[in-house]
Parts: sequence; structure tokens; C-alpha cells
Amino acid sequence: MTALDTASASTPTRERPRRTWVGVLVGVLLVVLAGLSLFVGVSDVSPVAVLTGGPGSDAAFLLGVSRIPRTVAVVLVGASLGIAGLIMQMLVRNKFVEPGTTGVSEFATLGMLVTIVFFPGMAVVGKMGVAAVFGLVGTWVFLQVVKAVPVRQLVLVPLVGIMLGGVVGAVTVFFAYRLDLLQSLGQWSQGSFATVMQGRYEFVWIAGVMVGVAWLAADRFSVIGLGEEFATNLGLDYRRVVAVGMVIIAVITAAVLVTAGLIPFLGLVVPNVVSLVIGDNVRRAIPWVAGLGAVFVLGCDVLARVVRFPYEIPLSVVVGVLGAALFLWLLLRRRSRAH
Amino acid sequence: MITLEGVTKRYDGQTVVDDVTIGLGGDGVTALIGPNGAGKSTLFGLVGRLLHPDAGRITVDGMDVARTPSNQLATTLAVLRQDNHVAARLTVHDLVEFGRFPHSRGRLTVHDREHVERALSYLDLDPFRSRFLDELSGGQRQRAFIAMVLAQDTKYVLLDEPLNNLDLRHMTEIMRLVRRMADELGKRVVTVLHDVNFAATYADRMVAMRDGRVVADAPARDVMRPEVLEAVYDTAVDVREIDGKPVALYYG
Repeated sequence: MTALDTASASTPTRERPRRTWVGVLVGVLLVVLAGLSLFVGVSDVSPVAVLTGGPGSDAAFLLGVSRIPRTVAVVLVGASLGIAGLIMQMLVRNKFVEPGTTGVSEFATLGMLVTIVFFPGMAVVGKMGVAAVFGLVGTWVFLQVVKAVPVRQLVLVPLVGIMLGGVVGAVTVFFAYRLDLLQSLGQWSQGSFATVMQGRYEFVWIAGVMVGVAWLAADRFSVIGLGEEFATNLGLDYRRVVAVGMVIIAVITAAVLVTAGLIPFLGLVVPNVVSLVIGDNVRRAIPWVAGLGAVFVLGCDVLARVVRFPYEIPLSVVVGVLGAALFLWLLLRRRSRAH
Repeated sequence: MITLEGVTKRYDGQTVVDDVTIGLGGDGVTALIGPNGAGKSTLFGLVGRLLHPDAGRITVDGMDVARTPSNQLATTLAVLRQDNHVAARLTVHDLVEFGRFPHSRGRLTVHDREHVERALSYLDLDPFRSRFLDELSGGQRQRAFIAMVLAQDTKYVLLDEPLNNLDLRHMTEIMRLVRRMADELGKRVVTVLHDVNFAATYADRMVAMRDGRVVADAPARDVMRPEVLEAVYDTAVDVREIDGKPVALYYG
């Protein structure tokens, strides 16, 4: 990344100027929104209250137990979901896939139901593990289906994924309904950070670790994005990199599912916006995708908290509305460019 | 040398490459010609370890393609396939940098960067280096792919139909480049070509395939004979001498 910057700095005409200020904007937004997220809520937790009240005050207590964990969780979830989408788009070589449009989320939710039914007392980490394994199976199934469907039309691939997700989702709902577990399942999968508290959100750090893994393997994912023939020519073990990518996607999906539930569109919209600005070189895109993903979820979460103050609306509703609008814009924009 | 010994490849019982024994990659440019479905691209796929032969053995400078670590082969042999659809939005510079992947594993050294710069200027891509691939014309894009292969810095370069979808000017441009790569940089280039006249003009040696077998393998001038070309393509081909060069006429 730095090397590319110096290369373009030496020849100013090559610079794409919009890059810098968009990066600064994302950084500033991240800080501002994280600050807002810490201090917006029903209880009065303001910087003044925390400072004047000292470490033993209610405000400081709330900050430590609820607001900081919530903000950290939001940032990690936003960042990691963006990365999961980015990696998936590289593996499938299609801009319109993410765990939510490929059945991976639905498979992970099915895994969650399995743990609720068969191992109700299981620790959250176990639940997450099972969900991750199901997510991995889901990713594999999707990749097999995509391989089997001969038409590689851009929009057809996610449609196939959405259908696959629909089938798996229907199975999940059927069994949840029969076993009277719909509500319990809904609680898990409803995208919301309202229940995030110290001691109940730490698994999301695992998703954060996956972002780190993705960063380490960034160049490999870029090469994979060129296709199997290029990757093989460049001496890369295509299958192994795909396998690593599948694990990253599945673990992030599962970790986010157990902490915050399902958050639609994010993994799709964020990498696409970043792609428009700086392109798809994964090493360069990762900090952008992570940053913008965090900003997006932070913004939505703050909005979800203030729209019906003092009540909270589910985050997935806000993300769904904003994300769907952005998704539509991307779709229409792409079509107009294709012709 | 790239050596194939009794190499056979079948798809669903149909033999696409049939017991081919040949040495490729001598000095200069070798053109691989033949009708559609003759097995040329499959042969490249086999040498480039994208496909695995059902029988036979392929070695590159003594390294068995089936057993040698892929990364090691990637520093000796580069294969550019035809019709490269890159969905990712990458700049020309990014793409050429990936050519260094077998050497650097992603961590580019000063030495790697020199190779990248050299490849970019060799293909006159400096003005386009920060363009995205989808913003380039067909000829520019093909040059970017060749620059990537060049940055890979391999002894052997295999190009599968590098002239596909290019107009006359860009076809000539690419073939001149191929020739220069062989003459100036000492690359051993093997390229699949559909146009026998381009092959005859720019290649030292022509290898003709038909029905999965090698049916002719000789210096270009010896392959450019009516009876040879007719046997390869199953169609009437007239060969005339123009300015001392054989030119095949197959337009009517």
C-alpha cells in the first residue's frame, strides 16, 4: 500500500485525487460516530458526567459495561461483515455476493437452531462453533451450485444464492415453528446491539481476528480474484486459498450471528462502494472496507437508538432500508454503465 | 526445454490430446497452429498444470510438472490463457505487480519493483498504469496481461491466442512485441495462433496439430506449403511468395 502511494506520488498525474479526501472523511466519521455511540442513550452518559463523577459514578459504570462494549461490537461487526463480503466477492468473482445473498447466513442460522434444539445448555462459544461449521457447509454448497450453473451472468449468481438461502431458511423456520422455537430463534437472528454488554459480546473479537487473517492473506485473495488460471500460473494453490477464504467467511458470519444477529446488505454494499473509489486490490481495499463497514453500522446503530427515542428500533431495520437503497443504486448504476 | 512424453488427455471418453511427444520452448518463437478443437489450448492447459494428463509425463527443464511445487514452476514458466475476463477492478500497475507474486509472495522488494517498472515501460504502459483494466481498450488490456507475464520473469512464456479479438494494428503490435521479447530478452515464447501468416512472419518454428496429434513440426518456411496446410486445416490453401516471404491465401 505505502509503496503504491510513493509510486504515484513521484508522478502526480497518476494520482487519483478523490482517494485521499474520502479516506480522511471515513476516518473522521469513524471517530465522530464512535464518540456519539458512546454517549447516546437513555441514561445520561456524557463526557462531563464521566469526568466529574469519577471512576465510581453511574456514568462511568454504564460506559464500561454497556456503551464501550456496544461501540466496540458495532465497529468489529461492521468491519468484519464488510471483509466477509469482500472475500466472498473475490472467491466467486462476482460483485453481488455476500454471506446474506449466498445462503451462508441461513445455513449458520440453521446451525444455531440445531444447537438450541439439541444442546440448549451449550456455551455461546459452542453455539458459534456449530454455526460456523454450518456456515462453512453453506459456503461450500453455494460454490458447488455456482460451479454447476453454467450461466455466469452477474445478477444470476446472487439470485441462485438467495434461492438457496430461501430453501434453507424455510427448513429452519419449519422446524423452529414445529418445536415452538421461533421466538428464541428470532431473538438470536434479529440484528440488534441492544443486548450487547460486557461479558456478552467478546466473541465478536474472533471476527476481528479473521479481519487480521484476511489482511495477512490479502494478496492471495487478489490473485484468486483474477481466476483459477491466473492463480495457478502465479504458483498459488487455488484450492487452499479458497478454503482459507471460506473459513474466514463462515467464522465471521457465525461470530456476528451470536453477538448481533443477521445484518443484511452490508457485506454487499460496502465493498462495492470501496471498489468504485479505489478498486479491488484487496491489500489496499481492506482498511477501507473495514473502516466504511464500521462507519455504516455505527451510523445505523446510532440512528436506531434515536429514531424513536427513548425506544430502540432493531438495527437490521435501519440497515435493511439504507442498505437496500444503496444496493438498488449500485445495481442501476452498473446496468447503465454496462450499456 | 518443455518436454512432453506420450501425453494424452480425454474428456468424457473423447481424446483431445492424443499421445503427444514433443519438445517445445527452443530459442525464439514457436507458433502452435491447427484448426479449432485440435487440442492446442488443452495442450497449454496441461503444460500450465491447469489440467492433468490421463497419461504421459510433462517436464519443464527437467522438473516434472505434476510433482514440482507450483510456485517453483511459476518462476520458470508463465502461461497466459485466452479470453481473460478479470472481474476485479484492478489497475494496470496492480496487475503487473501480481506478476511478481511467485518471487515475492506479495512482499515486493526493490528488485521486484524494478521488474514491474521495466515490464510497464517495455509495453509502453506508463501512461496507463493507474487506469483500471475495465477502462482500457482490448489492445491495451492484452498488453497489460503480457506485461504481467513479463514481470513474472520466466524463461518460458506460453501465450494462448494472444491476438484474439484484436484489430489488425494491435495484432501486429502484439506480434512485434513477442518477437522482441524473444530477441532482446531471450524469452522462449510458445504461442497458439490462428493466423498462419502471422505465425510464418514472426515465428521461427511452427508446430501444427490436428485431432489431438502433432502433424507437422518444422521451421516456419517448411510448414508454409499448400499440401501441409491443406492436411492440417482440411481446406484448400494456396501459398504464394511475396517479397521473399511465404503468404497463405485461404480466402476463397
